[in-house]
Amino acid sequence: MKMVTLTIDNKTVEVPKGTTVLEAAAKVGVEIPTLCHMKLDNLEIENKPGGCRVCLVEIQGRKNLAPSCVTEATDGMVIKSSSIRVINTRRTIVELILSDHPAECLTCAKSGNCDLQSLAIKMGIRELHFSGEKSVHREDKSPAIIRDMDKCIMCRRCETMCNEVQTVGVLSAINRGFNSVVSPAFEQDLQDSACTYCGQCVAVCPVGALTERDQTGAVIRALSNPDKTVVVQTAPAVRAALGEEFGQEAGTLVTGKMAAALRRLGFNYVFDTDFAADLTIMEEGTELLDRLTRHLNGDSTVKLPILTSCCPAWVKFIEHNFPSLLDVPSTAKSPQQMFGAVAKNYFAEKLNVDRKKLVVVSIMPCVAKKYERGRDEFAVDGNSDVDFVLTTRELSHLIKLANIDFNTLPDEEFDQPMGMSTGASVIFGTTGGVIEAAVRTAYELYTKKPLPKVEFEELRGMEGLRHATIDFAGLPLHIGIAHGLGNARKLLEEIAAGRSQYHAIEIMSCPGGCIGGGGQPFHHGKSEILKKRQQAIYQEDRKKPIRKSHENPFIYQLYEEYLGEPMSDKAHHLLHTKYFDRSTVFEQDGNASETDDKN
Amino acid sequence: MTDYRMNILVCGGTGCRSSEGANLYDELVSLLADKGLEKEIQVVSTGCFGFCEKGPVVKILPDNTFYVQVQAADAREIIEEHVIKGRKVEHLLYVAPESGKKVPDSKHMDFYKKQVRIALRNCGFINPENIDEYVAREGYAAMAKCLGEMTPEQVIKEIKKAELRGRGGAGFPTGTKWELTRKSEADQKYVVCNADEGDPGAFMDRSILEGDPHSVIEAMAICGYCIGADKGLVYIRAEYPLAIKRLKIALDQARNYGLLGENILNTGFDFEIELRYGAGAFVCGEETALIHSMEGKRGEPTFKPPFPAEKGYLGKPTNVNNVETYANIPPIINKGAKWFSSIGTEKSKGTKVFALAGKINNVGLIEVPMGTTLREVIYDIGGGIKNGKEFKAVQTGGPSGGCLTKNFLDTPIDYESLTKAGSMMGSGGMIVMDEDDCMVSIAKFYLEFTLDESCGKCNPCRIGNKRLWEILDKISKGNGTKEDLNRLKLLSNVVKDASLCGLGQTSPNPILSTMDNFWDEYLAHVEDKRCPAGQCKAMMQYVIDPNKCTGCTLCSRICPVSAIEGERKKPHEIDPETCIKCGACMEKCKFEAISVA
Amino acid sequence: MEITRDLKNHKVQLSENAIALVKKICRRFNYEEGELINILHAVQSQFGYLPAEIQELIAKELDISVAKVYGVVTFYSFFTMKPKGKYPISLCMGTACYVRGAENILNEIKRQLNIDEGETTPDGLFSLSSLRCVGACGLAPVLMVGEKVYGRVAQADVRKIISEYKAGCPTHPSKE
Repeated sequence: MKMVTLTIDNKTVEVPKGTTVLEAAAKVGVEIPTLCHMKLDNLEIENKPGGCRVCLVEIQGRKNLAPSCVTEATDGMVIKSSSIRVINTRRTIVELILSDHPAECLTCAKSGNCDLQSLAIKMGIRELHFSGEKSVHREDKSPAIIRDMDKCIMCRRCETMCNEVQTVGVLSAINRGFNSVVSPAFEQDLQDSACTYCGQCVAVCPVGALTERDQTGAVIRALSNPDKTVVVQTAPAVRAALGEEFGQEAGTLVTGKMAAALRRLGFNYVFDTDFAADLTIMEEGTELLDRLTRHLNGDSTVKLPILTSCCPAWVKFIEHNFPSLLDVPSTAKSPQQMFGAVAKNYFAEKLNVDRKKLVVVSIMPCVAKKYERGRDEFAVDGNSDVDFVLTTRELSHLIKLANIDFNTLPDEEFDQPMGMSTGASVIFGTTGGVIEAAVRTAYELYTKKPLPKVEFEELRGMEGLRHATIDFAGLPLHIGIAHGLGNARKLLEEIAAGRSQYHAIEIMSCPGGCIGGGGQPFHHGKSEILKKRQQAIYQEDRKKPIRKSHENPFIYQLYEEYLGEPMSDKAHHLLHTKYFDRSTVFEQDGNASETDDKN
Repeated sequence: MTDYRMNILVCGGTGCRSSEGANLYDELVSLLADKGLEKEIQVVSTGCFGFCEKGPVVKILPDNTFYVQVQAADAREIIEEHVIKGRKVEHLLYVAPESGKKVPDSKHMDFYKKQVRIALRNCGFINPENIDEYVAREGYAAMAKCLGEMTPEQVIKEIKKAELRGRGGAGFPTGTKWELTRKSEADQKYVVCNADEGDPGAFMDRSILEGDPHSVIEAMAICGYCIGADKGLVYIRAEYPLAIKRLKIALDQARNYGLLGENILNTGFDFEIELRYGAGAFVCGEETALIHSMEGKRGEPTFKPPFPAEKGYLGKPTNVNNVETYANIPPIINKGAKWFSSIGTEKSKGTKVFALAGKINNVGLIEVPMGTTLREVIYDIGGGIKNGKEFKAVQTGGPSGGCLTKNFLDTPIDYESLTKAGSMMGSGGMIVMDEDDCMVSIAKFYLEFTLDESCGKCNPCRIGNKRLWEILDKISKGNGTKEDLNRLKLLSNVVKDASLCGLGQTSPNPILSTMDNFWDEYLAHVEDKRCPAGQCKAMMQYVIDPNKCTGCTLCSRICPVSAIEGERKKPHEIDPETCIKCGACMEKCKFEAISVA
Repeated sequence: MEITRDLKNHKVQLSENAIALVKKICRRFNYEEGELINILHAVQSQFGYLPAEIQELIAKELDISVAKVYGVVTFYSFFTMKPKGKYPISLCMGTACYVRGAENILNEIKRQLNIDEGETTPDGLFSLSSLRCVGACGLAPVLMVGEKVYGRVAQADVRKIISEYKAGCPTHPSKE
């Protein structure tokens, strides 16, 4: 590898050719401030339009200041990253950005987590020397994401995520000059677009322009209503990230403290989505085996590969973009919706309360789950199976609001019966996890033999597209895994073209899977955080006494006393769903969400 | 053209056509046919003559008689008097403003005397829609010479020796650029002609494409030969329909003659040219933005390096030059680098085309040797300031350039001198201003332009220019303070230093140069709340001199907001509260009774 | 090419012919993404403007996102989503015209028609836009109504020019 040597702030550094000045500076401990730049190393995601001009440095011999994030380090370069000229310019630029930004920090959802705010603090900005007209845009409130483009600083990160990473193509820079902004076509609402609500735009927005739709107020009202029984479920990825909001090291598992906090917040039953994940495996795994056996028996009507259907953004993506493939995904509902269906039917019956008086709240790493819960097919007489969805971040706000000292809480258990789960369900939170859980069960059901080894290393990893072949006692099962919708698109195009080699495919919309969801604590571009969360998930799996979904005793009991068997009529009715062609009609999905915030 | 006894050249440039030039042409042709003279005498619709001020213009060869402001109705007289009887039509001759004498032919016009036409060599002489006329004037000889007798290295060496520099504004050495693109290794390379001329008040490139499209085609093919490209693209403004039409005709003709396409002149060299249309974005004059636009994207520039020579159109090495640069290539090859470099100054060789406009007598398109002074251009060629007013400033370089005062009139026109003086060469717009022009307003005008044309990608340009404009607006409305002047200067320097592309890096130049050269005028605006040029409306008041007013009521009738009252035959008065300062009354008053206080 | 326009919903109904024409243009450019701007030019020259429905159709034909098409349409000032008036008035705002008083002319037109740049009068007769430079600097300030060029326009001429078109019989009818 060719190396180049350069000097940054009088420090000499040798770096491989192709390294940027920004990266070279970091090597010698010079942290050049950035704003628009974002690089998620092991996910191959990079946004560097070189537009914010915050990372400008002085390069000897060049007339103008140069953006360090896009300037390649060359041999003999002499760089000053903090000369008076640089500091004055950088500060003026931040002042300019602030001069076109609402001064609403106190009430902004992003306050305390805002990169622009941090920059302003770092630069000690006390007054703005420039002021004038500010950009004004209509606020866009979708069921999952709120766009407040008055706050947009044109870093273009969301545009990169939406187009290059997710290939959803809903967002684009529009207009030009002072009027430019990132927007859906015709400045329509997200709700009227092909947005999947994957929330990756929210995950990377450095400011408060893109945020989740906050439902903490509605949950508080439900909790304080004595007529309601409030049940909560928490998704697997939440426990691997929630601690970050309370200053804990990334990758710290806080399952017990989370259960304790939820109990203190006043939820009547603290359950676990993981239970529903086990249930999903029963249905989806059975469906896989059913399709597989029929296929092996020569039934040409059967569709293979089977696609996982846990991720609502992914489901919406296929509905918009591949309407001809709607019979390919498993018909199994997502764990959140399975939980809701079991809670509002089985559990409500058990408690002998009307489903309308039972409030189901989900804690999710995801913003698309807010949309999923509002889909018409998941409601009975207008009463949704899941009433409210809070993101990991919103839960942390609730805990802080209730003045609960999270870090000193004792570890507590989930309530039973819907708090019982296996290691298989925990790994649903990471890319590769759903399919591994499915394989653990399907293998034993198919071969009627115990697994020689529970963990499938070949299904794990962080590459966007992976594949593996699992030996089902002589039957080679070809498995594909994609995370990030851009990667998913590639697999779907293969299927559409009839070139797919796979029997089963797992798809998650977010880079890293749910651990990198749009509702998780902000990673601020540090992709190692995702890796640590992933490790935490696998650690939780290892800790579980039972690690295969079909061995979950409550699952067994539930089929025994209520559902019959997997894919029975009752299971179909409660646990399976159907998909809709949304390729032409970008109309509203009949979300009842506008009103239920006021519950 | 020699087959005819006489040639009547009718200017077919956009300016002259706009003022009925096309009808004039039709009229001349049909009258000649009526008289049965069509075999003897030819009417040619040419490219721009340059003398746009007095359009439509007609020139008669061989005696160079130059008729100005010719209407279709004058056609009959030209045929009957000049063509048939051999008598010049006196009332159509150009009248020299100083002497008041009629000038019999173009050779005696000051406008043309100091000009040297290299890029414009064929404009106004040939029919741009006829390739034979181009070929008759050494057309495609340079290409033949390059393909047949020279290696690409030799051609590049010749261009480098000629020291031709980019005419688009920045003045980068053309030969070096070609060499860089040649050295980039790739399976495919591209030659791009930047014809997205966008400076407000500039029409050099358009005139060349309208008047001599083949010279650009020929040069692009030569460039393709040099850098190893078989494909060329012309990125042209969609607002130039005539240039597009003539370019398309020229491309077809060149293909028919085997001068474009496969195996050109049996040398094994292939070259084809396509058109790509601009769509009204000034920033696309910046080469990376232009390339993105050609790729069907938003024309947002990207950071250089990588330069287009390494990674350009579709990621392939691309050579981008502007129209005028290309137009200089064939003469350099034909006449040699030595001849070319003998013209001009030490560091700026050859000539430069300017679109001379504003408060000047001879508005038009001119080409002068580098080193010609601004004074020569404005007074000798341009005929001085209109209406006997006093010269105040000359603006070069468009929105990226600056305004120079009369102290700079003896500045020789070359890249370095203009930059040193606080302006720049730019692509060739030259706007002359007189005592009535307010320099704060001029700066604001240019800022408004850049504000409109900023792509919005980088913060200094998107927000900085907005703030700069707001400060200027405040000053021009009489609300500015001295502190505003400091902020104006500080922010201008930041925008220059920190912007992503050339647009933002130069956009504060009109502010900085007017502040440098007309500081007093800025001070007058902020300290005395006075606009010395009387242009800033917020600070002026229209008044009627009761001694001069005859009470004719013309002003009160023209006033769009009924701000003027008064009885018939008695002095009128303007209500300053209602008055919108449109100036219509002053324009209308026959007694000079209305003035600005 | 006519398209029916439902003013109430700001929706346009594309006729079968219109759809076929747009598809044909896309095919002519080989459905190439890189030809988007050329395609938009070709389509706008047929319809006079680029309503949302047409942009959606182009996006579908080229298999690119409609946001991208809209992003391009709104970047370039030549493209418009509003139908122009029967008599589109454009004013040159090049520097030469500016120093010869184009701004006053522009203001006068705005005042006379009670519309801003980029707008069309409610009766659909006039629309107003400013151009960068038409290159007729010798005639500055220059105003165009359709293809017709008016040179050396004085402020007082504006009302006269407009009223001629309002009366439906401009003394200088458009060329062609």
